[in-house]
Amino acid sequence: MRVALFVTCLADQFLAEAGVAAVKLLRHLGVEVEFPPAQTCCGQPAYNAGYWNEARQMAAHTLGVFEDAEYVVLPSGSCTAMVRSFYPELYRDMPRKFSKAEALSRKTYELAEFIVKVLGVSTLGLGLEGQRIAYHHGCHALRELGIKDEPLTLLANAGASLVPWEAAIECCGFGGLFSVKLPEVSLSMADRKLSTLPEVDVLTSADGGCLLHLSGRIAHRRLNVAVKPLASVLWEAAQKTPEVDAHAG
Amino acid sequence: MQVKANDYPKESARLLREEPQVRESVTGATLNFDRNRRAAYAEVGAEAWRDWAERVKNHVLTHLDSYLEQAERALIANGVQVHWAEDAEQAQRIVAEVARAAGVKKVVKAKSMLSEELGINPMLSSMGIETLETDLGEYIIQLLDQPPSHIVGPAIHLGLEQIRALFHQRFGTPPDATPDALAGVARKLLREGFLQADMGISGGNFLVAETGTLALIENEGNIRLSTSVPRIHLALVGIEKLLPRFSDLAVFLSLTARAATGQRLGTFVSLLHGPRQASEPDGPEAVHVVFVDNGRSAVLADPEAWETLRCVRCGACLNACPVYRQTGGHAYGYVYSGPIGAVLAPGLVGLEETQPLPYASSLCGACYEVCPVKIPIPKLLLAWRQRAVEENLTPRLEKAAIQGYAWAMTQPWAYRLAAKALRLLPEKALDNTVVPVLKAWVEGRAGLKPSPKSFRELWEEGL
Repeated sequence: MRVALFVTCLADQFLAEAGVAAVKLLRHLGVEVEFPPAQTCCGQPAYNAGYWNEARQMAAHTLGVFEDAEYVVLPSGSCTAMVRSFYPELYRDMPRKFSKAEALSRKTYELAEFIVKVLGVSTLGLGLEGQRIAYHHGCHALRELGIKDEPLTLLANAGASLVPWEAAIECCGFGGLFSVKLPEVSLSMADRKLSTLPEVDVLTSADGGCLLHLSGRIAHRRLNVAVKPLASVLWEAAQKTPEVDAHAG
Repeated sequence: MQVKANDYPKESARLLREEPQVRESVTGATLNFDRNRRAAYAEVGAEAWRDWAERVKNHVLTHLDSYLEQAERALIANGVQVHWAEDAEQAQRIVAEVARAAGVKKVVKAKSMLSEELGINPMLSSMGIETLETDLGEYIIQLLDQPPSHIVGPAIHLGLEQIRALFHQRFGTPPDATPDALAGVARKLLREGFLQADMGISGGNFLVAETGTLALIENEGNIRLSTSVPRIHLALVGIEKLLPRFSDLAVFLSLTARAATGQRLGTFVSLLHGPRQASEPDGPEAVHVVFVDNGRSAVLADPEAWETLRCVRCGACLNACPVYRQTGGHAYGYVYSGPIGAVLAPGLVGLEETQPLPYASSLCGACYEVCPVKIPIPKLLLAWRQRAVEENLTPRLEKAAIQGYAWAMTQPWAYRLAAKALRLLPEKALDNTVVPVLKAWVEGRAGLKPSPKSFRELWEEGL
């Protein structure tokens, strides 16, 4: 099986480790990984801000880049939603582009979702034993794509203890350009979210934007919370497999 | 000071900075409402109810002309006087004429968001008519000369301490009076109002076309008193509030109460069918229903925005909205606040006056999840944003930046070059940036720095 990795511009520039972890994890699961070098940004910020012409330019570029891929996998819920749900929406009045967008939509998955739903793997290893983890549900993954259990299953089956978090499904306040247009509201939302965070070893999420926003706020307020992208945590999960333990023993 | 919708970015920031207690009050109350809603939805398998309610409302809205005619006939047959108001000015004139003809001096009002939308109170007061808000929350904000902060809980932004201080100052209650004692004082004052009033003004949660039934939901009994004690009852009803059949009411009344406050039904539900009959001991001598358009038929004609008119004004989307929770309703500068206000405002009063409101959302989608009539609010927010761009209402600098960014993202070499440039910046450059957009971002968030090597570089070096 071949997967074209769409790393997303934010992960490429600011969370490169998420991309690296995704590659290692997918290879570990027997998947051949490609990285189409012409990829850039999915166009979500322009789309969300109402600039549909500009979003279409970027969508057209991305449609071309991934046209021949067997599967497209992203370490990001909101960029997955952009490609899967909103590309067809952008082209709803343009039949030819629409069918191309639909074709891409059908083969595009968020990383944890791909592992569970397409690869049929729900146990990666036992690398998270003893770790207390809080999972932030990115809004697009949760509500647009209906991804809720997949990341939790993978984390729990790797031995993590998922700590209940009152505000786990509340928006963190990032929202792309929202955080730029309404910075005070955005920060106050992050504070509300963080004020309910229980004591954990790691805060993780499939969404890089949310994590940059939350970790930036955590650093600003000098809170002591480790923040890691889901891809990195899942790769950690895979590294201690029962077989490896057996060999070691 | 009158807040305008176009002030939203400034006003929301000011409220957070200067009145953080608003956030505390609103967050506490909305989380509570939302918890109750979840429990009350779970009891009935709300998905099927929501689907059904959406279909009924869509049916009414797509056949509105004939249902309005049917409703008018039924109302007239019940002895109700029916009026039609195209806009706020006409509605004010109708209310003024009814009041003048009947020699009205005092009005009691049942809570009605539509009367806020139409500016009925200031109009009556300019005629020298005293109006008394009889919903406790409305009464409190009337004393403070404030607009409602929430569709269902107009005083949701106030804490107990503020209300204690207000009552202490106005009515001499003890500074540490219990909520019950405060309500008791208000009740006594309001009772006098009911008995003195010549006219009661209400809204209408639903109006049944088949039977001309006006349905009103409440918890305090003030609506029942406002509509039955004074000799005249006048109801302001948005044209979108119609239901086809009497039998539709049961689910709509319960669904609305469940969505609004998590109650199975409001403590009081009034189904009104016109003035007092000869055989009846009480009730108003005359009942007027004013059907109000005020921009609604334009929204109905809009192929995207029309779905907004399914709204039953339960406020569930406000309760679920993490953005609304930060400031409450006043920052929105519009009578309907929160997610539903952000999509109603541009439809009813125009995008130019309300341009920032569709951006007052992180598009998290919680509003759609809770809406009892499944209004696709996130989709509508996006549609209004798209129009703001088309109509050149967004900042020019933003437009230029997005165009530049879209261009760069379709030229892989330009993307690479930008990535290189990002890594050539000095260590603290992002923290001390003067670029406005980045500055706003890094001010509250520390340590934004690019990965030492981009993923792309690592991949090319061999993973």
